[in-house]
Amino acid sequence: MLGKLSLSAIPLDVPILVGTFLGVAVIGLAVLGAVTYYGKWGYLWRDWLTTVDHKRLAVMYIILAIVMLFRGFADAIMMRTQLALAYKGNPGYLPPHHYDQIFSAHGTIMIFFMAMAFMTGLMNLVVPLQIGARDVAFPFLNSLSFYMTLVGALLINISLFIGEFAQCGWLVYPPLSEMQFSPGVGVDYYIWAVQISGVGTLLTGVNFFTTIVKMRAPGMGWMQMPVFTWTAFCTTVLIMVSFPVLTVTLALLSLDRYLGMHFFTNDAGGNVMLYLSMIWTWGHPEVYILVIPAFGVFSEVTATFSQKPLFGYKTMVYATCSIMVLSFVVWVHHFFTMGAGANVNTFFGIMTMIIAVPTGVKIFNWLFTMYKGRVEFTAPMHWTLGFMITFSIGGMTGVMMAMPAADWILHNSLFLIAHFHNVIIGGVYFGYIAGMGFWFPKAFGFKLNEAWGKRAFWCWFVGFYLAFIPLYVLGLEGMTRRMNHYDNPDWYPWMLVAEVGAIVIACGIVCQLTQLYVSIRDRNLPENLDLTGDPWNGRTLEWSISSPPPAYNFAVIPDIHGLDTFHTEKQLGLKAHGKPLAPIHMPKNTSAGVFIGLFSFILGFASIWYIWWLAAIGLIGIVATMILRSANRDVDYYVPVSEIEHNEEVYSRRIAAAQAAE
Amino acid sequence: MAHEATMSPLAHADDHGGEHHHETPNVFGFWLYLMTDCILFGSIFAAFAVLRNQYAGGPSGKELFDLTNVGIETAILLFSSITYGFASLNALAKNKTMVLLWLAVTFVLGASFVGLELNEFSSMIAEGNGPDRSAFLSAFFTLVGTHGLHVTCGLIWMVVLMVQMMGPQDLSERMMNKLACLSLFWHFLDIVWICVFSFVYLAGVM
Repeated sequence: MLGKLSLSAIPLDVPILVGTFLGVAVIGLAVLGAVTYYGKWGYLWRDWLTTVDHKRLAVMYIILAIVMLFRGFADAIMMRTQLALAYKGNPGYLPPHHYDQIFSAHGTIMIFFMAMAFMTGLMNLVVPLQIGARDVAFPFLNSLSFYMTLVGALLINISLFIGEFAQCGWLVYPPLSEMQFSPGVGVDYYIWAVQISGVGTLLTGVNFFTTIVKMRAPGMGWMQMPVFTWTAFCTTVLIMVSFPVLTVTLALLSLDRYLGMHFFTNDAGGNVMLYLSMIWTWGHPEVYILVIPAFGVFSEVTATFSQKPLFGYKTMVYATCSIMVLSFVVWVHHFFTMGAGANVNTFFGIMTMIIAVPTGVKIFNWLFTMYKGRVEFTAPMHWTLGFMITFSIGGMTGVMMAMPAADWILHNSLFLIAHFHNVIIGGVYFGYIAGMGFWFPKAFGFKLNEAWGKRAFWCWFVGFYLAFIPLYVLGLEGMTRRMNHYDNPDWYPWMLVAEVGAIVIACGIVCQLTQLYVSIRDRNLPENLDLTGDPWNGRTLEWSISSPPPAYNFAVIPDIHGLDTFHTEKQLGLKAHGKPLAPIHMPKNTSAGVFIGLFSFILGFASIWYIWWLAAIGLIGIVATMILRSANRDVDYYVPVSEIEHNEEVYSRRIAAAQAAE
Repeated sequence: MAHEATMSPLAHADDHGGEHHHETPNVFGFWLYLMTDCILFGSIFAAFAVLRNQYAGGPSGKELFDLTNVGIETAILLFSSITYGFASLNALAKNKTMVLLWLAVTFVLGASFVGLELNEFSSMIAEGNGPDRSAFLSAFFTLVGTHGLHVTCGLIWMVVLMVQMMGPQDLSERMMNKLACLSLFWHFLDIVWICVFSFVYLAGVM
């Protein structure tokens, strides 16, 4: 009746998990209680959970990403603490079974549910505004994508308290992840969480590609598109090309596990290296899916805060597109040690090194944008400068490992761990936080606190180097990744330094939380309010409308005459528009996304535990909801001119108030 | 699902500009989805290509495949694309009865295709040559089965559209979009099947 599920699946014997569960339960109940106490359920349901507004979905994505950051970071600091303790006679506090789940969960959560969710959130918030669109091409699919991501995140976190998580790393390499060696539900949690969220990501890719191709404001040709939109565009291409491969790879692994097939097994002709090749065909483009939008953020931030147009806009676009293409011809560098032979390895080594060229072009473009600019050292600019230094170092160690001969020594060592954290923290994370600070006023109408933002940056920046430079040294000293215990006295001091680094990063996260708290508390102070909708003297269209923007974004769709039209018109003192208002056709909110998400959760959870009748209910529920949705004809409405006029008038009064205050 | 009104005036101008009919964002988006589906099939083909000689002591394609049966399946599926084409033509002519009729014919053909495939699968499994027998058979069942699953989804979709067409949606603009998407899907599955037929069955028997 309940498949593999029984009371023994709840790990009551692990005090850390029981404590965590109690913590999560208390916080969860407090949140639910607060919503009930203030009678906000209706508001939450109508205005947020069922919304199809890209700006609100963006906020929900980023909240999810921040929560997942806590989870992923908790895993990280637990690993560091284990390795600071587990030297010689001390076994540390985490037994291997638990430790292995932690490093697997850390990578999976940080990539799929922190970084991907954050990236999708930023794209949602910014892309339609930058191209002068009123929403994305498929607003309902956008809501559905969010729920798919959320369900994946829920499944992976439930594995903490019911059952176990995978113990074979964040890409669950077979044969370890096959039934023979991982008979538990851990790998199944991994598969279902990633598969369900992968569907959401694929839909996001299709949705934003269509939006950017079809819905740009009149006059906005390809070379008039803001750089962030360009990077989002390249990311959607990468998503559409690579995510189906991930889906297939994990589906084949599931067929091995559920139906006893032999794709990646040791026996009956299975081929383990096929899995590696396939998973990295997705995996390498995936890191560019994450970092390319971060490059877009840095471009916007650098140009705005240097008060200059971006240096080399066209080269930036070409560099982004070359990275997009090159990212598909380097995947073998993840397994040079497979033994593909010198010729194959040489090809992939050279291709990998070539990626450094367009990336270098970008770095120089940002530097030249700042050159002779009047640079304002805001918090987003701090993250950007920190990125340029950190990412350059990470890029150089990447080129080192691109040499197959060097990789033979460094493969699977802590040097590799240091390298990819160097580019992912220094590139992706710094970028997303810069973007969050930059566009926060657009989403909420007030700015984030600068002082706490800079404190957060310095903690992260210093903490990063303390935590990861030791790992480079340890890697060169021969320490491999995923080790639970060691005896080498040379490694011990470096591990202690890395632990200190993790603690400094923890301080950075505390500063970020404080920043959010202080900013929300002081949101009505005149210096924090964004009355004009253009707090940074911005260049692109999102700054031409009020903060937060109305649901329909643009009362009148702007005409575009060139790059940074908004900024040019602002300098010439031109009025943005004088066109007559007309009723605006908008999509209605829908609960279909919530229900498909719910049934997907049921399908995933039931399949993990082999509760097949429940899985059938989930599947039927998904199909039935989709059919009902497709039969629904009441899916849109018109915003009347009177309402638009009213909003416009409030906005002009706010601008007048801001001008009077100056 | 796309809202034309959230589309920019540029897109509108595109829609109404020329004599010829530009595709709507729905159809464009669906095209993109099909291309991702194409990569999905491509990946499974790649896995099949790697594992196609891994018999593990089990039977090879030569011993298993019955080309007559596969030939009939192929003929049925290709013919169902033609009948879907007739449904599309009648939809453009706003002849709902004929649309329903041709969709029904297409459905019967599609269902027979799935039936023949299930029959082939079950007899192979009954002889002990199921997907767990060897890596070759795992890849075979997965590749052909994924195509069959797509056809089955297409059949469910077809029924849903037929029922909706009889209701208030009639042959509205929205319904025409849906018919166009299903049409793309159905022809796409035909193309995939031609690859399956050539690379799996023909190459397996040769």
